[in-house]
Amino acid sequence: MREEIIISGRNNPLIDPQLHVWHWEIPTYLFLGGLAAGLLFFAGLYYLRGKENEYKTAVRIAPMLAPIALALGLIALFLDLHHKLYFWRLYTTIRIESPMSWGAWTLMVVTPVSMIWSALHIKDLFPNWDWKFDFAKELIAFFQKNKKILAWIMLISATILGIYTGILFSAFNARPLWNTSILGPLFLASGLSAGAAVVIWMSKNHAERKRFAQLDLMIIGIELFLIIHMFMGFLASTQVQIDAANLFLGGEYTAPFWGFVVLLGMIVPAILEGMELKGYKIPVAIPVVLVLFGSIMLRFIISNAGQASRWLY
Amino acid sequence: MRYAMAIDTKKCVGCSDCVVACQTENDVPIGYCRDWVVEVMDGTYPQLEIELRSERCNHCENSPCVRCCPTGASHYSEGGIVLVTKNECIGCSACITSCPYDARFVHPEGYVDKCTFCLHRVKKGMQPACVAVCPTKCMYFGDLDDPNSEVSKVLKKRKHKTLIPEAGTKPHLYFLI
Repeated sequence: MREEIIISGRNNPLIDPQLHVWHWEIPTYLFLGGLAAGLLFFAGLYYLRGKENEYKTAVRIAPMLAPIALALGLIALFLDLHHKLYFWRLYTTIRIESPMSWGAWTLMVVTPVSMIWSALHIKDLFPNWDWKFDFAKELIAFFQKNKKILAWIMLISATILGIYTGILFSAFNARPLWNTSILGPLFLASGLSAGAAVVIWMSKNHAERKRFAQLDLMIIGIELFLIIHMFMGFLASTQVQIDAANLFLGGEYTAPFWGFVVLLGMIVPAILEGMELKGYKIPVAIPVVLVLFGSIMLRFIISNAGQASRWLY
Repeated sequence: MRYAMAIDTKKCVGCSDCVVACQTENDVPIGYCRDWVVEVMDGTYPQLEIELRSERCNHCENSPCVRCCPTGASHYSEGGIVLVTKNECIGCSACITSCPYDARFVHPEGYVDKCTFCLHRVKKGMQPACVAVCPTKCMYFGDLDDPNSEVSKVLKKRKHKTLIPEAGTKPHLYFLI
């Protein structure tokens, strides 16, 4: 039998025997960023479509979670940096070819926008809220007047935020598993699904819950479609990408991916949401928690499996 | 000017002198390496073939690490040598995941480190430490644009390959086979 044995003298920490330079921080941020993107996207979309009163939770209440999610995500990102005190270097330059630079600048836009949007609606949650200072009241009045422009900025920057988290991975052709442009739309869809799930959870309005359950069902359908296409693409590609796909088709990530992400995170909540739409009484927390769980697992598994896929040895 | 290195896999004995020379010259922290030796044994017993390769950063012409760096710390320097500016690097590791050769690592001080083709020596007209120290003289370094450089001459004469050219990186590390 012909055999090839490779012995490498390299044993650099975090690199060998297998790349493991990104731990929990990056996938956690990708989940929180995706969730924030989903929440802000729906808020902007339904505001611009004039459904502010109809879908009050989606437009006014749920987006208040976005700045919290983004702040936690930014902490995770900061913890991931190895040369932390130089993080400001991200903001001394714009590098068009670097997805991470895009991400840094997108966060610079989307985080304050999400805070302003939350500030505009804070009285819904705390009716006795008082802005105390005149300049704060004037600022709020200014944004209230320009809310439409703000909503457009929010919609666009949330879309970029949702897509870039996937593109960040797919730009690395050194990791065959990540090197597929499907990851951009897949992560966006996963973030939108998580956002819709949170709206379902928070909403007390039947019509709103119904609309977001329908939306979530549709998005889960799109996610399944994208996942199938991702594997079709891999299997029709080069040997390294076939090897990468095999991590999920019999390899070590098979059970967690198909079990946690696809079955528990997509198919089961889709069935439960479908049953609810048909009139069955199902505790809403179950499909919501499952969708969020699937969304987190997707990021963790793609991040870890991607680092395990390689060209050379 | 395009600096490149050619390594004769037929002359290399895998002694790792290049590794030690690099660690000494560049003060590489203990437990890390900027270059390393790979031994590939291939064939059906007893017809076996061994290839020994002293590997390092390929100083690619189309470097994914330079492309994905969010701060511009990873950049092309003189003669296409790929360098990292310490105090611009935030240690995000994007370049590490983008390198198909896994030639980069996080220095214990936090920034990302890798082979520099010993630019500080090259500037003084010396050879990189690994090349200078090789006991079998199996490494050649020089300018690809100069037809009289050692590396150009040996690449003209000998059959050679690069590692994973299909990754599209246009590596500047050649292996004579």
